Amino acid sequence: MCLGIPGRVVEIRDDAGLPMGKVDFGGVRKDACLAYIPEVQLGDYVIIHVGFAISRVDEDEALKTLEIIASMGDLMNAELATMGPGMDAPAVVSDDGPPFDGVLDVPLTRASGSPA
Amino acid sequence: MTGRREPLAGTAPDPRTRGSVTIDANGIACPAPIPEDQRVILGHGSGGQLSAALMRDVIGPALAAAAPGGPLNDAAVVDVAGARLAFTTDTFVVSPLAFPGGDIGELAVNGTLNDLAMMGARPVALSLAYVIEEGLPFEELRAITESAARAAVRAGARIVTGDTKVVGRGAADRLFVNTAGIGLVPDGVAPAADRAAIGDAIILSGPIGLHGVAIMSVREGLEFEVEVASDTQALNGLVEAILEAEPGIHVLRDPTRGGLASALNEIASTSGVGMVLDEPTILIPGPVRAACEMLGLDPFHVANEGKLVAIVPAASAASVVAAMRATREGADAAIIGTVVADHPGMVTLRTIVGSERIVDMLVGEQLPRIC
Amino acid sequence: MKYLDEYRDPVLALKLVAEIHRITTRPWTLMEVCGGQTHTIVKQGIDEALPQGVRMIHGPGCPVCVTPLEQVDKALAIAARPDVIFTSYGDMLRVPGSTTDLLALKARGADVRIVYSPLDALKIAHANPDRQVVFFAVGFETTAPANAMAVAEAARRGIDNFSVLVSHVLVPPAMVALLESPANQVQSFLAAGHVCAVMGWTEYEPIAAKYRVPIVVTGFEPLDLLEGILMAIRQLEEGRHEVENQYARAVRREGVPLAQKQILEVFEVGDRKWRGVGEIPDSGYRLRPKYARFDAETRFSVGDIHTAEHPACIAGAILTGEKTPLDCTAYGTLCSPQKPLGAPMVSSEGTCAAFFSAGRGIGSLRTLAPATPFVQVAPLIPAAGPADAGR
Repeated sequence: MCLGIPGRVVEIRDDAGLPMGKVDFGGVRKDACLAYIPEVQLGDYVIIHVGFAISRVDEDEALKTLEIIASMGDLMNAELATMGPGMDAPAVVSDDGPPFDGVLDVPLTRASGSPA
Repeated sequence: MTGRREPLAGTAPDPRTRGSVTIDANGIACPAPIPEDQRVILGHGSGGQLSAALMRDVIGPALAAAAPGGPLNDAAVVDVAGARLAFTTDTFVVSPLAFPGGDIGELAVNGTLNDLAMMGARPVALSLAYVIEEGLPFEELRAITESAARAAVRAGARIVTGDTKVVGRGAADRLFVNTAGIGLVPDGVAPAADRAAIGDAIILSGPIGLHGVAIMSVREGLEFEVEVASDTQALNGLVEAILEAEPGIHVLRDPTRGGLASALNEIASTSGVGMVLDEPTILIPGPVRAACEMLGLDPFHVANEGKLVAIVPAASAASVVAAMRATREGADAAIIGTVVADHPGMVTLRTIVGSERIVDMLVGEQLPRIC
Repeated sequence: MKYLDEYRDPVLALKLVAEIHRITTRPWTLMEVCGGQTHTIVKQGIDEALPQGVRMIHGPGCPVCVTPLEQVDKALAIAARPDVIFTSYGDMLRVPGSTTDLLALKARGADVRIVYSPLDALKIAHANPDRQVVFFAVGFETTAPANAMAVAEAARRGIDNFSVLVSHVLVPPAMVALLESPANQVQSFLAAGHVCAVMGWTEYEPIAAKYRVPIVVTGFEPLDLLEGILMAIRQLEEGRHEVENQYARAVRREGVPLAQKQILEVFEVGDRKWRGVGEIPDSGYRLRPKYARFDAETRFSVGDIHTAEHPACIAGAILTGEKTPLDCTAYGTLCSPQKPLGAPMVSSEGTCAAFFSAGRGIGSLRTLAPATPFVQVAPLIPAAGPADAGR
């Protein structure tokens, strides 16, 4: 139950007792009910699901997530670490066949270079 | 069986079948309901599996004596004293009658002009016929007719004949419009859905998703504000430019109902080839993407009314693109993919994690989703 | 689009894939319980990019899929009435009931309308005082605040021709039911990001502790899913079993208190049948007695409808992850998106539909040259050696 997308609140008003707003999704604007996020301000980003704001987007956390990923070892480092035995073969749909429960026979190195 | 998308009963959908454009304010054409009895249902008009079945099982056999060529398609080429005449007809039952970027009048004219253009034909003459529900204001009728006239003039075509009928309230949804058209197909020009060849370049004339989103934005129950207008326009000028660069063009197709994905899948299926698309080259305007995100729709499945796909031999791809870009309608033309021998009948796209994903055909109608 | 596009960055996606490969030392089985996450995973081929041995099972995360057959049949019975305007979210319209579906009913003249928001259904009720307007209140906890508000507003504004057919399901009881099953193979869960945005994640802490499974609250974009999978595998590799939050930009531990308050004002927890799974105690919402007059089941006396499901449909085993669509005899033959037998084929997030549209297993039904693998994914990092298998 998931289709919620982030949009920017560009208008806040009261609609017969219900806090409503206009939310802009990068060129599409639609009304949404803001009753559950009373602290929302103009310019805030909220997650809209079936015409309701169900959460405020935290800008700092959003950036942090991207930074963490960006700082992960780059592809060059990753090449030094051999992966499981299945990596040389074309990957197949993971739901095919019984779960793999064999022992990996290729030693893995962690980023620091020490063996697994 | 050449592909999973063939109807289970085994008839390939005709790639040129346009079907009637049925969009009503309250809902959508029924896609694949469980057929209960021997009656026509809304789904038979949606242009998909059911329409094909209706043609194959009811209309086709009944017409057999008069239609020796087999199931009727949306456009046909007939030989008339040595000249190849393209002949097409289409009926439009759009609701609402007007939408951002156009109305049923110009949609009907452009639609028929484009059916002719996809055969490589130069339009010669059109007919325009109305079935009007009693009560339609003169003002609307006038506005729609003027739109139709303007669209024809813009494309250099004439509306030479027509008809008007009025029916009682409730007997027609405000206005039904039928247009028919004839055009001349030059020698050596014979684009067809089964002519895509391995190695061919797939060219798209511009950004996708505009018409469908414009219509949806005024549909009751979904209304939203969007800076998007229908891209309805006649493509015959663009096609002329293409033919000048490459008269031997293999396939021409306008991705209307079912969007780009459905059009490409039908061609891939009919030609027995695969296709690989390059996602960054396919232009999707920001507001179209946003509207699709909001409703949970796939831009590849959204209808277009002013775009075409041209499949040409690799050697002439660059000159065709250049010729297209020199026109207004094709200013954003680009090569979006290649015809390949792999996975015949299937269209794929490379994902951001390096997997290849299948670009599937639209099944039934697009439904806004919550999940 | 801001806060969407950034989480689809291909370079960052590949970093995450590489990192997942780097830290995985043994096979693991994960499950996501959210249709939207399944959609992204399948469409982006994320599970294909994971190390071989890491298996993603698609859990019962699609409220459309798990709506019991009975509720669909009740919806059909109500919608067939001439005095009713039946309103629903789009995805419910093609879910097959015993004999037909809402879309077919509409084709036969029933007034069935798609709405984007439950407030739109209320608007229709307000505008049509002489008709009965029924809203199909389906969904997980994410949608409950919206559905609850519609009922609360109907009560507040005296819109008495409005009623709801409730089919709400809750995620944590489903997870517990899965974990309790002897056939369970799932070692870690990705929790549905928007369910948790509303409810917070406190309900998952006792589950993680009792069953010793890591649970990662995860978003819906490719980077979110990859990061969520990474965090889950990291926990598994390190022997931890905590609740972590990948979707930090939208989810807080306490959720949205006002939304929870509104849900509990209108709904109470009750037993609920899940299509193909059976009844899971305390796994759904029903209207509180205070709002019982808005219950469409009593208003239209459809409470007695009982129905059986198609014998060939193995939706239950699919939804628990026990079987895949490839194990189903009807998959691709009797059952396809054009003619779905069960809900997992109807909804585009349903496992079977997702499989179908990605073409999995259909290769065996077609006449492909045997030497051609159906979909070949080149290894992300070129294998050492002369053969260049890279992209």
